[in-house]
Amino acid sequence: MTPFLDALSLLLVYSAIAVYAAGFIAYTLDLARRTARRPTSALAKERVLAGPATVPPAPPGATEPTTEPAPGRSKAIRVGYALTVLGWVLHVAATVLRGIAAERVPWANMFEFSLTGTALIIGTFLAVSIRGRLAFLGTAVLGLVVLLLGVATVSFYVPVVPLMPALQSGWLVIHVLVALLATAFFGLAFLVSITYLFKSRRHPEQPTRLQRLLEATPSAEDLDRLAYRLTIIGFILWTFTLIAGAIWAGRAWGRFWGWDVKEVWTFIIWVLYAAYLHAMATRGWHGRRAAWLCITGFAAVLFNFGIVNVFFTGLHSYSGL
Amino acid sequence: MPTPSSTPETDTTLPDDHIDRAGESPSGPRLGVVGWLRWGWRQLTSMRTALILLLLLALAAIPGSLIPQRSSDPNGVIQFDRNNPGWAWAVQLLQLHDVFGSVWFSAVYLLLFASLVGCLIPRIRHHAQALLAPPPATPRNLQRLPAHDRRRVDGPPEDVLRIAEKELRRQHYRLRRLDAGGERSIAAERGYLRETGNLLFHLALLAVLVVLAVGTGYRFTGQRILVEGQTFASTRIAYDSFTPGRFVTDAQIPQFTLTLDRFRVDYVEDNLNALGMPRDFDAQVTVTADGTQQSSSIRVNEPLSVAGTDIYLLGNGYAPTLTVRNPAGDVVFSDSIPFLPQDANLTSLGVVKVPDGLAKQVGMIALFYPTRATAPGGASYSSYPDLLDPVVTLDVYVGDLGLDSGVPVSVYSLDTSTMTQVAGRGTATPALELTPGTTAPLPDGLGTIELSSIPRFASLDIAHDPTQAPTLIAASAAVAGLALSLFVPRRRIWVRVAARGDQTQLEVAALARGDDPRLQSTVEALAARLETAPRPPGGSDDPVP
Repeated sequence: MTPFLDALSLLLVYSAIAVYAAGFIAYTLDLARRTARRPTSALAKERVLAGPATVPPAPPGATEPTTEPAPGRSKAIRVGYALTVLGWVLHVAATVLRGIAAERVPWANMFEFSLTGTALIIGTFLAVSIRGRLAFLGTAVLGLVVLLLGVATVSFYVPVVPLMPALQSGWLVIHVLVALLATAFFGLAFLVSITYLFKSRRHPEQPTRLQRLLEATPSAEDLDRLAYRLTIIGFILWTFTLIAGAIWAGRAWGRFWGWDVKEVWTFIIWVLYAAYLHAMATRGWHGRRAAWLCITGFAAVLFNFGIVNVFFTGLHSYSGL
Repeated sequence: MPTPSSTPETDTTLPDDHIDRAGESPSGPRLGVVGWLRWGWRQLTSMRTALILLLLLALAAIPGSLIPQRSSDPNGVIQFDRNNPGWAWAVQLLQLHDVFGSVWFSAVYLLLFASLVGCLIPRIRHHAQALLAPPPATPRNLQRLPAHDRRRVDGPPEDVLRIAEKELRRQHYRLRRLDAGGERSIAAERGYLRETGNLLFHLALLAVLVVLAVGTGYRFTGQRILVEGQTFASTRIAYDSFTPGRFVTDAQIPQFTLTLDRFRVDYVEDNLNALGMPRDFDAQVTVTADGTQQSSSIRVNEPLSVAGTDIYLLGNGYAPTLTVRNPAGDVVFSDSIPFLPQDANLTSLGVVKVPDGLAKQVGMIALFYPTRATAPGGASYSSYPDLLDPVVTLDVYVGDLGLDSGVPVSVYSLDTSTMTQVAGRGTATPALELTPGTTAPLPDGLGTIELSSIPRFASLDIAHDPTQAPTLIAASAAVAGLALSLFVPRRRIWVRVAARGDQTQLEVAALARGDDPRLQSTVEALAARLETAPRPPGGSDDPVP
């Protein structure tokens, strides 16, 4: 039964990748159309989650509520969104089946970390999309997830095996799941920060293609704020991950903190995002420098996941590779 | 009266470069030593310095993940030093094997915490004052605030204000009534928990640092390898290695005896992809402490608590029992020797030293295969970790074991530089081979060696750590504080009313500290509520439209 469910799960993963790839194309088509079109004021005024500016106080008149109707989503965006939802359903089904096949939570080796982690990225993207327009991120999010799932199936796939004694703990459920969820929020913040860096560049001369593309995104200020909001959620989850990991380490290894390689990198990531939060409140660091910190933080997350897990030796040798 | 274009609150206790401070930059000092000290202190406690120290801390931690650390990977340290002799000076100078206790790493985090303390003290004082102070007066130009709503509502101004008061109080705002000429207003403020949470978070981090700094002195860990059937009485010398904190005395080492009755391993047998993977390790022990005896189990994620310490299962392997006899048949050596596992199928390496009783000192380097298989080239390896076809092979050396020189020698290694190999690879005599119950002759008529049984051993960690509970409490407080400081909105709301005939001109405006996504919607919701709420009896009888 297990090999059959495992194979079925893998088949669903492949299907999800295909559907995500189609969704990626739909979102990309939408962006491509925008570069061809003259920028419109309606698009420029599209708002993400954000309310109006609170700090610094806006000049008089700037906070008048927008009277223009919200622009309708293009057909390509609606198709992209629908495909993302469909892909996610397949993706979640694949993850659940993997868990059933293994008779445990589906996050105990690199393949499963990637599978569940990317499902959480898409899930977070869809959830945040309900509250605000995130269509401008569709291409980037789906691109990233297709890439990660591709690497996972090609390089990280391992058949279902039981848990080694070190992982047989309730903490596996909570510690790893929260870490993956934090990663999902950091990942979205990373993509928003990259968009922000493009958006906030000064363009004195004629509008370029890239600028027309960026007409599809919210204002630089809104992007900055969105990245901040995603990051604070990620940061709290990461803090929890760190503490839960320490409790588990105390239970399994007799010490709650021992500067094991994975612990060092968890700490580095935590400090980098703490620096980001400080930067957001420091004059002269707010904005582009803070965005670079957000990007550096996620680079460290990826390093911790893809390099430390696989190539470094330490107590956290659970890649299954 | 404060104008909304600068932050209404003159918050001089925030660091100079905090984004909520008004626009001037820190001014240069004109004073002497005191001035420079003050300038230095202001630099240290500035946001920018804290930020740069945080980045330095992240950077400084990286070498600790690239170069093996004595604390987490002692074997890696030995290997690194052997492979990189050219690095020795740098490793020595920069304490690269003890990064997290090094002078430079400590300098960064101590500066960071000094900066933190300098930042916190004035903020705590200021926050305590803010908690007692009334909300600041209503600004003249409410429409210049970030969130604003103006509308004409029914009823006299006093009724509207009274409803506003009730409503804001329900939302846990602190209120202040202001009457200036013909205009009446309410100033309200909420969200003091945001700053409380922020202070709590930082104080909790300080607490973690203090607990760890102090607690390390009261911590100890000891390691002990125990073969099935062996008993160990906890005293300092009985541990294979013992690492006490500075303030630990022998009297604090808990008194107990521990017998490893059996070490049970469950292997995966029903999954071809994980054949031979251990599913469960179970050290079945008998513990005697305080005069009572009890049987328990120690598993990987289930330590055993005894007399204020925890006993952890960290490793295991085989300890073949070898007996050496002289040519007359007298036993000169008999012991279960823990062999160090070399791979997942427990190919294990052990060393036998027989210093006395034979014609010469004898040393043996032994390999143990729980399930011996032979590679095409003829080399042996273990193909399964359980005892299906166990074999011990021994290379035999004679000469000086080096035990008399007084220099401590590891029981797990054999220095063959002063010995001659007499059996095994590279000599005329093949390596000795033993299966359970068999005896083999030693070369040159030295005697015989017998493999009588193959018990398992467990490697146990006995740890006492009084910092665990306080660290956890402080860390939990940090999380709680963090959540409060990031998610509780700090808002000021002003409601101003003026009579316009039968009706009231209503103005609601708000200002937030930091990021506040719901500021405008809060203002609009309040204004709408004041427009539609039923008027208190005794006021205007006008029906609500």
